[in-house]
Amino acid sequence: MNRAGHRRHAGANSGVGTAVVGAGVRHESAHLHVTGAAPYTDDIAVPADTLHAAFGISPIAHGRVVALDLAAVLAAAGVVAVATAADVPGENNYGGILHDDPIFADGEVQYAGQPLFAVAATSRAAARRAVLRANLRFDELPALLDVRSALAARSFVVPSKRIARGDAAGAIGSAPHRLAGSVTMGGQDHFYLEGQVAIALPQEDDTLQVHCSTQHPTEVQNVVAHALGLSAHAVNVQCRRMGGAFGGKESQPALIAAAAAILARKTRQPVKLRLDRDADIQITGKRHDFVADYEVGFDDRGRLLGLKVMLAAGCGYSADLSGPVVDRAMCHVDNAYFLDHVEIIAHHCRTHTVSNTAFRGFGGPQGMLVIERILDDIARTLGLDPLDVRRINYYGVGARDTTPYGQRVEDNILEAITDQLLASSDYRARRAALAAWNRTSPVVKRGIALTPVKFGISFNAAHFNQAGALVHIYTDGTVLLNHGGTEMGQGLYTKVAQVVAHELGLPLSAVRTSATDTAKVPNTSATAASSGADLNGKAAQAAARVLRKRLVAHASAKHAVAPGEVVFAAGRVRIGKHDLSFRELVSDAYLARVQLSSTGFYSTPKIHWDRSRFNGRPFFYFAYGAAVSEVAVDTLSGETQLLRLDILHDVGVSLNPAIDLGQIEGGFLQGVGWLTSEELRWNAKGQLQTHAPSTYKIPSVRDWPLQANIRILEHEPNREDTIHRSKAVGEPPLMLCISTFLAIRDAIAACAPDARELPDLRAPATPEAVLTAIDRLDFRALPLAEPDKNRRRTDRRGTRVSVP
Amino acid sequence: MNAATDTADAPLAPGAATDEVRFVLDGRIMSVLDVPPALTVLDYLREHLGRCGTKEGCAEGDCGACTVVLGELDTDDHVRYRAINSCIRFLATIDGKELVTVESLADTDGNLHPVQQAMVDKHASQCGFCTPGFVMSLFALYLENAAPRREDVIECLAGNLCRCTGYRPIIDAGCSMGTYPEPARWSRADAALAARAALLRSIQRTDALHLSGFLAPRNVEELTTALGDAPQSLLLAGGTDVGLWVTKHLRDLAPMIYLGEVAELRQIESDEGFLLIGAAVSLTDAWRAIVEQHRELAELAQRFASPPVRNSGTLCGNIANGSPIGDAMPALIALGARIELRRGNGVRDMPLEDFYLGYQRTALEAGEFVAAVIVPGRDADVAVASYKWSKRIDQDISAVCAAFAVRIDDGRVASVRIAYGGMAAVPARARHAEAILVGLPWSRDTIEAAVAALARDFTPISDMRASADYRMRAAAQMLRRFFLERSASPPLLRTTQVQVA
Repeated sequence: MNRAGHRRHAGANSGVGTAVVGAGVRHESAHLHVTGAAPYTDDIAVPADTLHAAFGISPIAHGRVVALDLAAVLAAAGVVAVATAADVPGENNYGGILHDDPIFADGEVQYAGQPLFAVAATSRAAARRAVLRANLRFDELPALLDVRSALAARSFVVPSKRIARGDAAGAIGSAPHRLAGSVTMGGQDHFYLEGQVAIALPQEDDTLQVHCSTQHPTEVQNVVAHALGLSAHAVNVQCRRMGGAFGGKESQPALIAAAAAILARKTRQPVKLRLDRDADIQITGKRHDFVADYEVGFDDRGRLLGLKVMLAAGCGYSADLSGPVVDRAMCHVDNAYFLDHVEIIAHHCRTHTVSNTAFRGFGGPQGMLVIERILDDIARTLGLDPLDVRRINYYGVGARDTTPYGQRVEDNILEAITDQLLASSDYRARRAALAAWNRTSPVVKRGIALTPVKFGISFNAAHFNQAGALVHIYTDGTVLLNHGGTEMGQGLYTKVAQVVAHELGLPLSAVRTSATDTAKVPNTSATAASSGADLNGKAAQAAARVLRKRLVAHASAKHAVAPGEVVFAAGRVRIGKHDLSFRELVSDAYLARVQLSSTGFYSTPKIHWDRSRFNGRPFFYFAYGAAVSEVAVDTLSGETQLLRLDILHDVGVSLNPAIDLGQIEGGFLQGVGWLTSEELRWNAKGQLQTHAPSTYKIPSVRDWPLQANIRILEHEPNREDTIHRSKAVGEPPLMLCISTFLAIRDAIAACAPDARELPDLRAPATPEAVLTAIDRLDFRALPLAEPDKNRRRTDRRGTRVSVP
Repeated sequence: MNAATDTADAPLAPGAATDEVRFVLDGRIMSVLDVPPALTVLDYLREHLGRCGTKEGCAEGDCGACTVVLGELDTDDHVRYRAINSCIRFLATIDGKELVTVESLADTDGNLHPVQQAMVDKHASQCGFCTPGFVMSLFALYLENAAPRREDVIECLAGNLCRCTGYRPIIDAGCSMGTYPEPARWSRADAALAARAALLRSIQRTDALHLSGFLAPRNVEELTTALGDAPQSLLLAGGTDVGLWVTKHLRDLAPMIYLGEVAELRQIESDEGFLLIGAAVSLTDAWRAIVEQHRELAELAQRFASPPVRNSGTLCGNIANGSPIGDAMPALIALGARIELRRGNGVRDMPLEDFYLGYQRTALEAGEFVAAVIVPGRDADVAVASYKWSKRIDQDISAVCAAFAVRIDDGRVASVRIAYGGMAAVPARARHAEAILVGLPWSRDTIEAAVAALARDFTPISDMRASADYRMRAAAQMLRRFFLERSASPPLLRTTQVQVA
């Protein structure tokens, strides 16, 4: 096997003579990806005595464990050890915020799929087979399986929260128009292609080396240490790359690593735990499903006068990250719109289902979908173009610019984005053409929608907004970079290496990034909240600047030139009249005993947050974007097709436009999956029925639109001092998908004789959901798709409130 | 299992070693002893060879991360290369074939293959985990098609999931890969070299491969004898379902008899207006032959699973499996297909719809096997259509699948066959609806009467794919669609036909 020596096909990556920052260079591992030479955690060579683990899981949603008899499991072929809650030497918990997530259920099971025990065996197949032999008995308890039931039972994982400004009830009461309605949206499985996996390798003196596919090595380190009763310095966690994560490897990997570590401790052998796809989807958390009820008052032009929103998030059995997820949902109910008199109440519903967790957008998409649906309802009620209603409600510049949580929107560029996108997409003309077209097409209907995104960047919890980096220069002039951020495909390693190469005037090929490692950069935050490049780029830049400063000091002293006359560019250094290669300067500095290694640190300025008052400046800045989707809906089958997509998205000054484009496109389509084909279905017993790609349908290649015009906004540097004035790009584009969902709704509305109908379209808009929404339209006769006369119109749909 | 021995320097005599799996990898003959019968190609690559470029994403043939390419002699001096899912393909079934993995493509100097280089240049990998599978699917297309169009690329990639990119750059890579200079290794010319066929010829066997728990008879006589001796054997064809029994259901398999090497069963015969498709014919080849006759089924053929599944799986396997949601059956039943069942030298045949007795129960008797399906050829007087509705267009299992075949004489329905999948415990005809239609004028009112009769034909269930309600509604809508498509001036019925501004 030829794993080594694949020739680097550098292309644009040589970097010599070109700007490294801002160049669309390829992903640092692209040549490894395409040759199968990029090792993921499961590909790491392990010692011959490595054991393979599997979880035994609860088949029921809620109950007391009466018997956990593992004799037959232990007797199964190849089994070396089992571990239950009783085998956890330290704390049986992997919950990061509240300690309410047991590694192994202890006495009570709280969701179907919850780990009860784990097996270590000589092969993965033996472990998977053995866990099925457990003799489990339960006293079943009543289970709450959906958000509405939990809401009715006031079953919450953390206390409810409220933001209020002005007099929402009064403003609604005196508004010329009022509307009330509900929005229902499903959750989403991450479906990273690489499932959860960890390897625990016992080391000398009871220490442990852990390889884990994780966005949060530090949390894995802490959870493993606590579970084993070890100190943090006895556990080292490493991750070179993940095969996708999307938030699903923020808090969840700690469970996997802890179980592997507990078995490794018990057997004194290395243990690998890799979940198969079904176990992964059943055991690990997902995007929160939400329901929202709203009341809104507005004027004749659709301007919002007062708004009350009740959000209820399906959190599952434990808190996990639900508190912060719901905070972000609350902070994004405004999206791009000024909400003068507003009240947002949010509930964190505890259900007997898997504990939902971080997922790209982190509550933001759910909050945003609510307001976008409301504005769509308002526009339809008034018979206006939804875009006009949106624009009249946009945040102002210098006025009407304060969010419900008290942060001023100082960098609003949505008017410019909307104008550009309107022109480039020809929205108005196409909208008119569609209306005419729909009148002549009885079966296929088309719809169009433009929706904006304003997404707050920074962790809501201020202390997470810090990062560290470590940069070494070797005497041959090459650079090894390490930082606390993890690589999950988003191109973080590439971008940060570009930053470091830029600081030292080196070609990108001179900078290599080593695996994220808790022994190199400690106490890191999760690579999450789109913050990876912002935080780690700044930290690495700081480290590189320290090194450059030392080299400048050395060169200016030695050659008696002013520091300003030492210039690094294209792998060379000009020192007054001298011209050296970087390598020559470095060798020289080494001989002069200059330290060629430095750490760097960054903490985001300006941000503050008062949790108790739900007020402050949680976000350093906002990222913006807008999208126009045009869809066709087959009203016989309910199937939909995205025909054309136009996106204009803000990334500030791009560090790497090729990578940013990939984030925009990929985030968008992932969002489309959430709102169209990805449907999580549980049966009446609370068992998830869609736990494999055969039943859970993420977008496939044909779902990319037939025509797509994706553009990065130009000439809009971040107004804040971010790394090279760039903006975060991981999450914001996902929410551009709302345009697709509302375009489908627009097409459904075109079925009704009365254009003011409010289609009751739930998310995801599966063919069945689309057909159901068509059925529920109040139409006298649809030419071909016969309405089901027996179907009751639901009370969940938007209902008009009579004007006083 | 013994470690593979690389025997390139010591060629085996043809026909030797009936207990040793032999295949070609990177130009060398691999010989593997003591192969467990249910060992998958993927596990062999990763766990035995430490060749970890090929990934497991789902272990059910649905995500494509495990895609590899299999080369098979189709004539004496030509190798045909096709993508398959290595996660559900048993190693013993690649005996006599050439295995190409993602590690095989770059040349020995490390120069990337055009497929790989195009993927790099188009920024088509992000996390990279699905990438080897995409590379291999595109590689199979590269060998087959010098200048693929966008639609070819999309069709080729229907079985590969990517969660990062949104697919656009991968599509671009597929569309541009043909424009790169010919590679030193794995150009189309290189793939067609006589030496490759010769190497494969050298490992073809005359005696059946016979492992513990696995027999691959070479002809029907050997097959019937083996099955007669051990009627409880598991008949394995493409393994795209049986593979899941191993990887997902963790079942112990009965000793397997593999149909893939039975020469007589690998044939498609065309005779007197009928197609006879043998039990070992892949879905790819079977659908190609059927669509040549029945062009109306082209979309169904394309939406049937994915290219790698169709390359391994067989049409008769889909039939014998008896799944209520198999997508081939409604169309075959509507066309009036019959199946040929064989035991020993005895052969009987029956209409396909009579084969299904109940949920996962068929008319197959002990020691009997489905030898072939007989599909009537085109009848210009019969209008045929099949529709499949599912949450996703590509690689999805239908909520409902329907097929219609109607003959209209003088404006009246002379005969009609309507079959549905997903509506009952078995694929079944809509006999009440059919009975209503026969003799009536071909009109909207007649169709609505037939729609009403569907309620007497079916009581579908609710499951994760669709509710009973939706299924009933879809069944009706499909019948209406069939009518509309045949009306004098049909309205636009397909979202794919919309012209985008």
